[in-house]
Amino acid sequence: MPDLIEKTAPATGSTEPKPEKPRSLGSDAWHDLRKRPIFIISAALIVLLIAFAIAPSLFTSVDPRAGDLRLHYLSKPNYLHFFQADWFGYDGQGRSIYARMIYGARASVVVGICVTAGVTVLGGLAGMIAGYYGGWVDAVISRVTDMFFGIPLLLGALVVLNAFTTRTVWSVVFALVALGWTQMTRVMRGSVITVKQSDYVTAAKALGAGTTRIMFKHILPNAIAPVIVVATIALGGYIATEATLSFLGIGLQDPTISWGIDINSAQKVLRTAPFALFFPAGMLSVTVLAFIMLGDAVRDALDPKLR
Amino acid sequence: MTTAPEKTIAAKDRLVPGTPLLDVRDLHVEFKTRDGVAKAVNGVNYSVAAGETLAVLGESGSGKSVTAQTIMGILDMPPGRVTAGEIMFRGRDMLKMSNEERRKIRGRKIAMIFQDALSSLNPVLSVGYQLGEMFRVHEGASRKEAKAKAIELMDRVRIPAAAQRVNDYPHQFSGGMRQRIMIAMALALEPDLIIADEPTTALDVTVQAQVMDLLAELQAEYHMGLILITHDLGVVADVADKIAVMYAGRIVETAPVHDLYARPAHPYTKGLLRSIPRLDQKGEELYAIKGLPPNLYKVPAGCAFNPRCDVATDLCRTEIPALHQVTDRDGAELAGRKSACHLWKETLHG
Amino acid sequence: MGRFVARRLLQMIPVFLGTVTIIFFMTRMLPGDPAAAMWGDKAADPAQLAAFKHRMGLDVSIGQQYLNYMGDLFRGNFGETLAGRKVIDVIGEALPVTVRLALLAFVFELVVGVGIGLLAGLRRGKAFDKVTLVLTLLLISIPVPVLGFIFQNVFAIQLKWITPTVQDSMNLGQLMLPAIVLGSLSLAYVARLTRTSIAENVKSDYMRTAIAKGLPRRKVIGTHLLRNSMIPVVTFLGTDLGALMGGAIVTEGIFNVKGVGNALYHAINLNEGATVSGFVVVLVLVYLAASLIVDLLYAVLDPRIRYA
Repeated sequence: MPDLIEKTAPATGSTEPKPEKPRSLGSDAWHDLRKRPIFIISAALIVLLIAFAIAPSLFTSVDPRAGDLRLHYLSKPNYLHFFQADWFGYDGQGRSIYARMIYGARASVVVGICVTAGVTVLGGLAGMIAGYYGGWVDAVISRVTDMFFGIPLLLGALVVLNAFTTRTVWSVVFALVALGWTQMTRVMRGSVITVKQSDYVTAAKALGAGTTRIMFKHILPNAIAPVIVVATIALGGYIATEATLSFLGIGLQDPTISWGIDINSAQKVLRTAPFALFFPAGMLSVTVLAFIMLGDAVRDALDPKLR
Repeated sequence: MTTAPEKTIAAKDRLVPGTPLLDVRDLHVEFKTRDGVAKAVNGVNYSVAAGETLAVLGESGSGKSVTAQTIMGILDMPPGRVTAGEIMFRGRDMLKMSNEERRKIRGRKIAMIFQDALSSLNPVLSVGYQLGEMFRVHEGASRKEAKAKAIELMDRVRIPAAAQRVNDYPHQFSGGMRQRIMIAMALALEPDLIIADEPTTALDVTVQAQVMDLLAELQAEYHMGLILITHDLGVVADVADKIAVMYAGRIVETAPVHDLYARPAHPYTKGLLRSIPRLDQKGEELYAIKGLPPNLYKVPAGCAFNPRCDVATDLCRTEIPALHQVTDRDGAELAGRKSACHLWKETLHG
Repeated sequence: MGRFVARRLLQMIPVFLGTVTIIFFMTRMLPGDPAAAMWGDKAADPAQLAAFKHRMGLDVSIGQQYLNYMGDLFRGNFGETLAGRKVIDVIGEALPVTVRLALLAFVFELVVGVGIGLLAGLRRGKAFDKVTLVLTLLLISIPVPVLGFIFQNVFAIQLKWITPTVQDSMNLGQLMLPAIVLGSLSLAYVARLTRTSIAENVKSDYMRTAIAKGLPRRKVIGTHLLRNSMIPVVTFLGTDLGALMGGAIVTEGIFNVKGVGNALYHAINLNEGATVSGFVVVLVLVYLAASLIVDLLYAVLDPRIRYA
């Protein structure tokens, strides 16, 4: 009997959980992410897409640009011919839709990643300078940001891209970065202003740390989280914008392979060959979805308040 | 205290003599969460009569607020769940009423005052609107009537320049004034019972006394029952008639207020009283009850207080003590005194 | 209040001028000679060409062109198209169509988006909420052209409820489907934003107070919850009206609506710098007006914000 009592009534002290090793926000977020199915699914999709973009020939041996007019879109797909040229049928010029799906990933992934990197660096830097220095520097940067913000992204990109006679992936990247950086500036500025007021920044200043050191060592690591979240979610949006521009005929041009171009050419045969639209459109949607889901998961992991 | 207007008493005096206004019987409430089932309230009994003030005392997690929220009908369900018990209000069990019936009691018959007036008042609506809403919803008053009554109420709780401030928003008032607005809102329809959940905890000490006095005065004036929930023994002494001390979802001691202060009959109460700083103890170390409040997912076997109790015996670790009637040395019952301790005699007389 | 509006209007002037300047130089950067394009491949008569350039104001330096352009703008003169039509007339023709389309889309996303978001937020974690989250995520992921074709295919070609393209661009009934396509992306954002906001506010102390006051559920949600929860949604909706008008270009193309998007698309293809910048200036004005309204609405919804 006394034994039993010992077990059922433990001292209060021993029931406390063992203290865990303190983790940084980054590793905490990573720890949290690995347990989320949404993160795992979207990360797997993105890895696959990047593989398509880097080495498309691993997934298909068919030349996506070789057209055989005898094989035009009226020859139906053979859904059992896995990974073959006619798996998803042929487009209007007799090119393999499957091969074009795989090769189209490159333009989307490159535009998405490069535009995001561009706007994050450019916009982030502007936002950090505005937020850190305040005063007239902030006023100037903020007003310039406002000016760009008034121009709709799609319209502005149309105007800028129209200035290029031949448009490559890089012209699209240039146009989207030139018009899109202001979004990151606003996010970074707000974030830096919050962090700047915290005690550890004051402490670093009191200890005589230099401006650059304070900015990059103390402020940046603490202010970057919201920027990462917005950037990840925006990445999907940039991919969609590129496809929309290409669809309108003002984005990428042949011979670059873009799902947007393929969607555009498939619209004329929508009634007779819906598959010609379905596969590039589906591929594009899945890609955008994967990046948005990744952004959602990263936000949930980085922002514990939202849980 | 102040003399109550006779008209008000007459209107309230429809109760059968001997029936308490509110009678909570053997109430059990638990919360089902991912971490398991938390037993927040485990058989609480208390009653309040018209004009009476019951103070419910306890640490956070003692179940005092959950009991109040259950009476009020504002407990989040799920995860909360009433597993047993009755809440008799004017002789009817509120737990058996329809939602609509209960809604009509809320605000009109039983009103509640919350701890943090800033977050408890809607930030985007003017205080006049929020006060007037009571009359518009429960009495069908027009916008204009409601506003006039709101100003009247603000006057009654002594908010200066009420007519000018009626369109102001909660953030434009000071903490004490905001709590007065909460009190005005609770008083609006002259309810039978007011539940005040830590009404002064968020306020400055000087303002605390003012707000508490106002509440006590208005309670006497309207002859209302008052349940005052608090963890602060100092607040209780002046205003309460009787006290119920809660620990781990149970009542561990009830007593008329002065008896409890003079001679506690439960080691937990004793510990609480000892931990109040007193001037004559200057220089001595302040007493604190050892250990932490119990984990509601894993309440200790026997008396829940036993791991923290200085006098616990083997019996305390196995058997849950009943709420004993407390007697004096001669065996005569002490009115209104009960203690849920196996060792109440030793605690009281020793 | 009046001072606040005046201050905001004053602040807008430099922003407006800056945006117009950016647009002017962006459109004038367009390569190719618009004058030469008029004559196609044929060699133009130099005298005619010079006269044309003079009429279009293209025979002076770009700096002078900019000054002339800004001066004209303040006199309400948006210039002429290459064919000699007044740009203001082209805008006047196309703008009402797009305003209708965008307003329809706006009402659609507001009513349906807030409605769905409210229900999902109140039922957080339940089936309806989960379905809403998945469906809105899909809606956000499907690019507008794809969505347009899906709707066109399903409702016009398969179900034959409507004609695949709009015959009369001013007919609200015919604009309904394009408006739904146009508004659907924003609808998904509005629904998600509302849901998060509702789910956060539903747990707040003042909601508990509202219930404790004995208010009927309808009033608790309608007056106390919705009003607090709409603050972030209003911010989004404000910037969205401008975005809807700019984004109409794709939807108008698919459904052949003769609106701003359509006109703008042709103007870009024809190197009509004046027309393009004219349209963009109008869209910027819409955006600025919308953001002023949002600021005012914001202050009305949230008294904690001062008109400062």
